[in-house]
Formats: sequence, structure tokens, C-alpha cells
Amino acid sequence: MGGGRVAGRVRGRLDIEAVARHPFHDVAIVGIANSDQARMLDGHDSTTITFQAVHRVLADTGLGPSDIDGVAAGPFSGPLTYYMRNGPSWRSHMVPSIPIILDAASAIATGQCHTVLVAHGSAGVYTERTSTAPWTRPANEFVVAYGMFTAAEFALIAQRHMHMHGTIPEHLATVAATIRNNGHAHPDAVYHGRGPFTPDDILASRMVADPFHLLDCAMTSEGACALILTTRERARDLPTKPVYILGGASDSFGPSYQHPPAWDLAGPSGRINGYAGRWAAQKSFAMAELGPTDVDVCEFYDPFSFEIIRQFEAYGFCGEGEGGEFIMGGRIGPGGQFPVTTDGGTMSFSHGGAAVQQLQRVFRGVEQLRGACATSQVPGAQVAMCSNGGAGALFTDVMLLGTETP
Amino acid sequence: MTEILQPQSPGIPLPVPTLYSQPYWDGCKVGEPRYQRCRDCGAITMDPAPACSGCFSTNLDWEVSTGQGEVYSWTTVWRPQTPAFTVPYVAVIVTLDEGFWLLANLINCPVDAVHVGMRVKTVFVELSEEITLPYFEPAE
Repeated sequence: MGGGRVAGRVRGRLDIEAVARHPFHDVAIVGIANSDQARMLDGHDSTTITFQAVHRVLADTGLGPSDIDGVAAGPFSGPLTYYMRNGPSWRSHMVPSIPIILDAASAIATGQCHTVLVAHGSAGVYTERTSTAPWTRPANEFVVAYGMFTAAEFALIAQRHMHMHGTIPEHLATVAATIRNNGHAHPDAVYHGRGPFTPDDILASRMVADPFHLLDCAMTSEGACALILTTRERARDLPTKPVYILGGASDSFGPSYQHPPAWDLAGPSGRINGYAGRWAAQKSFAMAELGPTDVDVCEFYDPFSFEIIRQFEAYGFCGEGEGGEFIMGGRIGPGGQFPVTTDGGTMSFSHGGAAVQQLQRVFRGVEQLRGACATSQVPGAQVAMCSNGGAGALFTDVMLLGTETP
Repeated sequence: MTEILQPQSPGIPLPVPTLYSQPYWDGCKVGEPRYQRCRDCGAITMDPAPACSGCFSTNLDWEVSTGQGEVYSWTTVWRPQTPAFTVPYVAVIVTLDEGFWLLANLINCPVDAVHVGMRVKTVFVELSEEITLPYFEPAE
């Protein structure tokens, strides 16, 4: 450890601030790919659709299986390593979402491996359509008999905010219309061409779990996503424009969908579940030496419309209780100050299951910083903020991406 | 006429008690809304847990709540989790007067009457030989 790091601890601040260069900054995302996405993918299961995304991400980077010496793909890590015959390789045991990308970046930065394949996919998992999707339903003894599923869990968070701060359904509907219109325009979105939507269209859709109408909610679909991370040095030899990991962290308050999802859930720290992601964002901004006003594009996770409002407050883009008004007036739409979830997100682009759609927030952040988006490209975007999770699930993960490092 | 919320019918998925939650479910069967209090620091722990959420001690005792409290947050559900559930149903987080949260469904109440701050009390509904389920209903 360098002297600067010790000095940082003495000052009682985040010691990462005193490090000359954060280890994440030596890692770049050099490959991104989505598989086909659809409501149902005939002829695929979760493994085959994941392998489709893997083939595409290798093609994106020009790398072959033997160039990969780390695999981070949840249940597919073992099969991918075996069938690629790239062992012995590093393997992550985490769920494929932002934390697994940070795990992979940490493994690369600490020399455990140099090039990691991240992947996840889902197909043929949701077949009982009279029930909500299997990954949305808790089995815990304190919620199972009360008909809880993700929409109801997140609704309990949203209703509390509406009570405290006067947030109204029109605020929520404006978020949903904005994101759905991004998907409407996107040729690869599952709900491409389904719009355009006005906030009134959202409010006219049937109620699912008050305050969420059907069009305030994520949809369900099938698909896969894959990414490749490598060192800054190796990235120089690859054909793609590297996108750097500027910072990232996670806030968890416990297991998802087992206990009452209370806005005010907290321990002695006083840090509340309602603002899950705030402390992860503060750490991420410190690593990146940036703040909210430096963010060019907000690839926020959108399981439900209210979650976008909550995240703008949690991450410090606006004050507590101000999120509803903050997102109005075109601020989060195309050409606005903080364009949000520009591919249509889980509401319109795709929502494959328990994890794949969380990777897709990072896919889109990288695509924006490459300047490669076919639709809703933010001109000259240099910094993207990506997120996963939500207060209804008691966690939020945050990641900052950049075209340059500090 | 406004619909009055009812308890769910048998056939819904039922809780499976654990070693440390069994006294809670035993309490429900005899009409006692039980909760845990720490013998070391005095903090309340709920849902039933293997350790105190105030100091992480395992020295926990069971006490009986008044079962009364007020609605902290709510949602009226119109799309059932599975066909086993009858809609509409209302999920509430209630702040019990002793100071802990409990999630349950609200019954014996017009569907459009629920609001944050509403006074409620616990009511028990037997769903099987093993499980009697706590619900909330309006206190007045």
C-alpha cells in the first residue's frame, strides 16, 4: 500500500480517494453482444441462447475461446469453460449482473486473469403464464401466503414515497412513456413499434398493483447478453473502442422478497433502504472523480417506473422527494439533460429473467460510449451511469463507465 | 357497491415454519401475535429471526403484541401472483404499536378505503391444521 492510501485513512475519508489510480481504471470492457430477444424464442433454451450471445461477443472483439482466461456466467460458467476448452480459467460464482462485472474487473486488476467473458441468458423458463414469472415470486414464509410478487413489493416502496412527498401517478407515467418510447424506436427491442406512448396511455392501462399500471411494469421476454473485459494494455490491440470502468459498488439491505420492503428499513447507520444505491453511487463517483452532473447518459434499471424517480434522488441528481418533478419537462428523454434507459430497458427492450436484463444496462452504457447506438444515441456521450436492482428488492448496484479514465 | 376485501380461500401457498419461527406460528394458532425481544439490548426483532437485529445476540424472548397498529404502506393487487389468489387483495406493511413492521393482507375493509396511517388490528384466519394466518382489519 502506498503512503497516499494510509493518509486517506488518517483523514477518515474513503481511502479510495487517496489512491493515485483506482484498480478498476486498468480494466476495459472491449466486447458487448445481445442475442436475439423475443417474448418467446422458439428452438432455444437458456444454454443455447447464452451461447449465441457468446459467439456474437467473440465476433465483436475478434477474440477466440483460447483468449478467454476467466468466465463469469452464473450457471453457464461451467458449461462455457468446458465446451470452450479454455480451462484452467478463473471463475466467478456470483449472479451475472453489475456485481459480477466488478468481480471480474477485480480479478483482472489483481492479476488472477486477464480476459473475462461475462454472460447470462434465459429462455423456456417462464411457461405458466397464468402466474407471474417464477423469478418474481417469493417462497418465504412471511410473504408467501399474501400473494406477493415483484410488482407488489415495489408498489409498497412507491406508495410510501407518494405519501411522504406527493409524488403522483403522472410522474410515474412520464417515466414509463419515456422509456417505452425509447424501445418503440429501437429496432431490436421486443416491443419495437408498439408506441409511441403518452403518459395518458400508461395511466389508461389496467392496474396491476396500485400505483403500477401494466405499462408501469417490466415485461417478460427471453434473450441473452455477453460482455468481455480485459486489461487496458490488451484493449489497445483490439479493434473495438475500449470503455473503462470508472467506478462501481453495491448497496444491500438483505434478501429480496422475504421481508417487508419498507422504505425506512435501516440499522444504526440511519442509511435507509429507500435510498439504496446512494452509498454505492457516492463510492463510485469518488473512484471516478466525478459527480452526477458529469453523467451524460443514465442507463438506470427500470423494473417499475417509480424506480427511476427514486434513483435520481438516491444518487444525488436531485433532492429527497424532488424526483417526481425532476423527471418532468423532457429532462430524461432524448435530447434532455439526463437521458434514461435509452434502449427501452426492461419495459420495452427485453427482460429475460433473473439476471440477463441487468447485464443489458451495461451493454447499453458501453454502446452509448462507443457512439454505436442505432437509436437514441446521446451525441458525444463520455460518461454513462448504469444500475441494477431496486428498493423493492432491498439492493441497488451502481457502475460508472467512461471513454477516458481520471 | 364497493367490494369488501376477504381472506383468501384454502389452496394458496402456505408458510413453512422454521426452527426459530415455529413459536410465531404456534402463537397464531392460539390468537397471540407474538414477536421477539432481545434479553440483552431490549430491541425488537421481526420477522422472527435467529438473532437480534439490534445487537446480533441470540438471547431472544417471545412477547405478545396488542396486534394493533397503523398502515405504513399498501398496494391493491389486481393481477394475482398465481390463479390460487382471488383479486383484488391488498398487501399492507403495518407498523405495530410496539414498533415493528409486519407484512400481511388487509380484509373486512372496502377495497378503496385503505390509506397510510389507517388504524388496523390483527385478525386470525385458520387455513390448515398447521397454519393459522394473521391478517389485518380496520380497528374502528
